[in-house]
Amino acid sequence: MIYREAGQFKTTYASDQAIFPIVQDRVVVAVAIAAAFLVPPLTLGDYWLQAVLIPFLVYALAALGLNLLTGYAGLLSLGTGGFMAVGAYSAFKLATAFPGLNIIVVFLLAGLFAAAVGVAFGIPSLRIKGFYLAVATLAAQFFLIWLFNKVGWFVNYAPSGTITAPARTVLGVMVTGPESTAGARYVMALAFVAVFALVAKNLVRGRVGRAWMAIRDRDIAAEIIGVRPLRTKLLAFAISSFYCGIAGAELVFLYLGSAETIAFDITLSFLVLFMVIIGGLGSVLGSFLGAAFIVLVPIFLTNVPHNIGLDLDVALAKQIELMVFGGLIIFFLIVEPHGLARLWQITKEKLRMWPFPH
Amino acid sequence: MSDALSLVLLGPLEDIGSNPAFFGEVVIGGVMAGMLYSLVALGFVLIFKASGVFNFAQGAMVLFAALTLVGLMEQGVPVWAALALTAVVMIVLAFGIERVVLRPLVNQEHIILFMATIGLNFFLEGFGEMLWGANVKKLDVGLPDKSFMVAGMQMNQLELSAGLIAAVLVTVLAIFFQKTRIGRALRAVADDHAAALSIGIPLKTIWVVVWSVAGIVALVAGIMWGAKSGVQFSLALIALKALPVLILGGFDSVPGAIAGGLIIGVGEKIGEVYWGPLVGGAIENWFAYVLALAFLLIRPQGLFGEKIIERV
Repeated sequence: MIYREAGQFKTTYASDQAIFPIVQDRVVVAVAIAAAFLVPPLTLGDYWLQAVLIPFLVYALAALGLNLLTGYAGLLSLGTGGFMAVGAYSAFKLATAFPGLNIIVVFLLAGLFAAAVGVAFGIPSLRIKGFYLAVATLAAQFFLIWLFNKVGWFVNYAPSGTITAPARTVLGVMVTGPESTAGARYVMALAFVAVFALVAKNLVRGRVGRAWMAIRDRDIAAEIIGVRPLRTKLLAFAISSFYCGIAGAELVFLYLGSAETIAFDITLSFLVLFMVIIGGLGSVLGSFLGAAFIVLVPIFLTNVPHNIGLDLDVALAKQIELMVFGGLIIFFLIVEPHGLARLWQITKEKLRMWPFPH
Repeated sequence: MSDALSLVLLGPLEDIGSNPAFFGEVVIGGVMAGMLYSLVALGFVLIFKASGVFNFAQGAMVLFAALTLVGLMEQGVPVWAALALTAVVMIVLAFGIERVVLRPLVNQEHIILFMATIGLNFFLEGFGEMLWGANVKKLDVGLPDKSFMVAGMQMNQLELSAGLIAAVLVTVLAIFFQKTRIGRALRAVADDHAAALSIGIPLKTIWVVVWSVAGIVALVAGIMWGAKSGVQFSLALIALKALPVLILGGFDSVPGAIAGGLIIGVGEKIGEVYWGPLVGGAIENWFAYVLALAFLLIRPQGLFGEKIIERV
């Protein structure tokens, strides 16, 4: 950044290994988080909160989960949508079966259910690698969606097959259900994302994250130096699915309000994978940048022709949107295959030297 | 407990034994569906073998080829000319993909290229529909479509000819790979990119050739699927149907794509007809994946895939 670490001497290991070793970084991040909690709910309208910021936070959490699995542990998964569905449906079942249970506990338990399912479908990863594994995780995707479609118990035998978020409060404020305000739901989603981003950041710089990266870079070598592949890979699946499960629960409870299985189909898996790749594999920040990109681009593409006075046919606009979206993905991959996080890093390096580049 | 077991294990087998003609019909239906899966899987295998790219856009290429063919025929172009023109379009597309997508991404990791093909997938879907419209179209290239009975089993001429065409295509491709100069170069590139480059095989040309061949295979697959169920958006989704075929047969094996397609096709039909009702039906979506997964646990590289030897 424009500031430097000059003059900041580290005298303990703890300060050397801090997440943000520079004072200015700490200040900036603290201010940014405080601003994120306070400014949007007070200043922005419902449209911004509901259509842009809440989906951004929900997707960011899901992308974070997938990034732990794919970016750090190197296990390619296309089952994200299925794991998110597990989170959503178990949160629905828990919330309706135990109305007194705090919604935060419901979300966490839903994440645990998703983690268990993730471990079960992660077992083949011990033998199967690369694209074979990606296709194998599609089995999870299709099987889980089929299961939720077929078994009426999961939707409390609702004839429409829809799950609807019941109204629940946290500290006396309504956070889910049709009567909750967008602001309350936004703060709830933000709190979850902030906590779990911090957890993820700590995971990946510690023992667990290093084991994941060792497995990713060369699994046999990692095994020889004493990283246990079984535990490490299954742990990656468990934690990743935990994140995805909570994101799935949030998707229904905080964003959509009610959903059918179609909301969790294969498109969602691809969407989250896009966020991870465009944002940057193996980067916590990248998950956020990728989620922002994927949420904003379609909104941008829908609004631009309208705003410049071009009245397009709805179907035509949809097709052009698809084309531009596909084109943009290819374009970004060509410009920076390591994602937006890498672009940000380069910018930071440049700014650090600025205005004397040598 | 034993009741449940006999319901799951014996009941369907009794059904099979009691009506062998119907079972034969189911198997033949499965073989035909499997042939069609194989056709799509073949396109994947060709590209994966030659460039290591897992081309997710194969399904969109099938849709695009079918849409172009139908669109041209609707303009009043005769069938043979429309076929030739569509083949040309697919070759031009191959050139474009090589130039715009593959060349700038050369030497990138596989997952990046995979992502790029998903982007391509979106692009082709949007482009094809923008050019030719999104409504369901009927494709009629003059293939016979009548049912007839053999030994008490009902069969369909269209499915039969689809199987025949797939068989011919596979034979032609096998000869192309084994006997021609370009085929040898393709195999060399598949073996080792760097070594092939160093003995003077032009990688770019090879890629264009492979993508063109994959495009033409996509055209054939598009004709078959289009004739069967109309040309529509869902054609792009058959790529998802071809994936279990791929992992079952192995990503880099042409015979694997064929055998995998047949196993999946037959297994899926038998599973759906005899075991499906026990769990409420509609198991076609995931049954193939679970079947393939079971195979993978025994052979992680697929039935015919090259054995993966790993060392540090």
